[in-house]
Amino acid sequence: MPLPYSEKVMEHFRNPRNVGRIEDPDAKAVEGSPACGDMVAVYLKVDPEAQRITDIKFESYGCASNIATGSIITELAKGKTLEEAKKITWKEAADALGGLPPIKTHCSVLAVDGLRAAIQNYEERHGLVKERVPTTVEVVRKRLKHVMNPMTGLDLVRTKIVRDIEVSDGKVRVAIDLPADHQFAANIREEIIEKIEPLWDVDEVVVEFTE
Amino acid sequence: MFGEIVYLDNAAATRLDERVLEAMKPYFFETYAVATSQFGYSPGIEAKDALEAARSTIAGALGAKPEEFIFTSGSTESSNMALKGVALALGEKKGKHIIVSKIEDFPVLYSARALEKQGFRVTYLDVDEYGRVDLDQLRQAITPETILVSIQAANQEIGTLQDVAAIGAICREQGVLFHTDATHSFPRVPLDVREVPVDLVTVTAHLIHGPKGVGGLYVREGTPLTKWMDGGFQEFNLRAGAENIPGAIGFAKAVELVTPEETARLQEMRDRLIERLLQIPHSRLNGHPTLRLPHNANISFRFVEGESILLHLDMRGFAVSTGSACFSRSLEASHVILGIGGNHERAHGSVRFTFGRFNKPEDVDAVAEAIAEVIENLRAISPLGKE
Repeated sequence: MPLPYSEKVMEHFRNPRNVGRIEDPDAKAVEGSPACGDMVAVYLKVDPEAQRITDIKFESYGCASNIATGSIITELAKGKTLEEAKKITWKEAADALGGLPPIKTHCSVLAVDGLRAAIQNYEERHGLVKERVPTTVEVVRKRLKHVMNPMTGLDLVRTKIVRDIEVSDGKVRVAIDLPADHQFAANIREEIIEKIEPLWDVDEVVVEFTE
Repeated sequence: MFGEIVYLDNAAATRLDERVLEAMKPYFFETYAVATSQFGYSPGIEAKDALEAARSTIAGALGAKPEEFIFTSGSTESSNMALKGVALALGEKKGKHIIVSKIEDFPVLYSARALEKQGFRVTYLDVDEYGRVDLDQLRQAITPETILVSIQAANQEIGTLQDVAAIGAICREQGVLFHTDATHSFPRVPLDVREVPVDLVTVTAHLIHGPKGVGGLYVREGTPLTKWMDGGFQEFNLRAGAENIPGAIGFAKAVELVTPEETARLQEMRDRLIERLLQIPHSRLNGHPTLRLPHNANISFRFVEGESILLHLDMRGFAVSTGSACFSRSLEASHVILGIGGNHERAHGSVRFTFGRFNKPEDVDAVAEAIAEVIENLRAISPLGKE
């Protein structure tokens, strides 16, 4: 019986490489959230001289494609410079796995996002962000695309529940079209703060519920 | 292909009982004629007699008269027929309001949605944390325009049983028809239409070791139901098409083979499995602790995802099911787990185990051990639940 997953996917799912945590990592990032489904954490050790990834580990709370993509992405990134690793695409990861079912794109993209976010986290922590782009409404909106709406499993922007974004003097205000007592309100607030607060020129993030 | 697999997905399909096959065989090779009237040729009369005997057996298991039971192609058709047939019969005459529960299985849920597109109004009743419908809410939802209440006898995922007697009494008192989808409970959980005021009951063969592609609908005498499968005059002129006589014979045999002793045996396995699985940390039972299907256990494990659990169990030779969004074709989390107030996370790590005739007591320990290992391994690679 042909499984929807390739042999390679199943092999990485059965025996994921580089799985676990790095104690005292040079950078880390978490993409996704338990409320919306899949979640990936990526940990990095970086050689500061060569800007090279010397060790990488991942953890996954997700389906087989999520675990397999996390595994392959760590294999692809290990030993690469940060600049090289940044350019690894979802397509490369999927190809290296012998293809992924289209319906599983979302769960596998998370691992690629996780790697990029970890590299960004390294750059932010080590003052390597070359151009300090000031945070604008567009920058915030882009980050909100990585916050899931747990009711649908799609992001906040795509599900059109971001009513308003305001950025002024290091303060970001996000208005979400949900009642404040909604079962996922606290969760969404926490996720938004987690995504926006690390921006270099943001001091405060306020999430309001407008319905 | 199945080899030595321990099959614990008996709410999805069951292995055919050989005795059922033996009972069906003559109707493929000898008495293969269509059922004819008493004025027809003898093989047709023989086929008709066999069909009517099967009908009597199944109707009898419901406490119904034979002429109140019609054969269909399975529970999907039966429930479509109940909802749409009543809507066609009463929509213009009485009103366009239908009441269903939020956690119905897809045939009822999507028949209701299809009727909404035709201008019917549908109330989706909430359920409590165990999946039980609130009877007061039901009472309040009924209006003079209400023509049908459709609430399942037992839930497909979490196994919760509804109080069909009480629901039926409310409907009867208000003069509203009551349909119940008993796909997962018939005939293991007794339902006698002489005692329970229910007008339409959906049943199927393939979950009790009978053949796929045959089911039925109980239609209480005098229930307004418009025929919508047009053609010949079979099944009391309610459902056209050459009768599936081998299927009907197989269904009747499958019903006869279900015994209270066997159901008690399944329940023992269920209880032991639940007890063992709840010893795993961060696990919880979905559905009602006692008012549940005798063969259904549904447990959520935190910090791990259902599709991963399922695939790991498959590699170890166990077949189960999950309510995880990742597993569904629509990528939507189980509407049942969300309906009982669970979140995506709880649906994400939910696993359904359903027992059948061919499970052995040792299967319980085997799957409990396998799942404990799988959960531990997956938790080891999960970013959650570590601190």
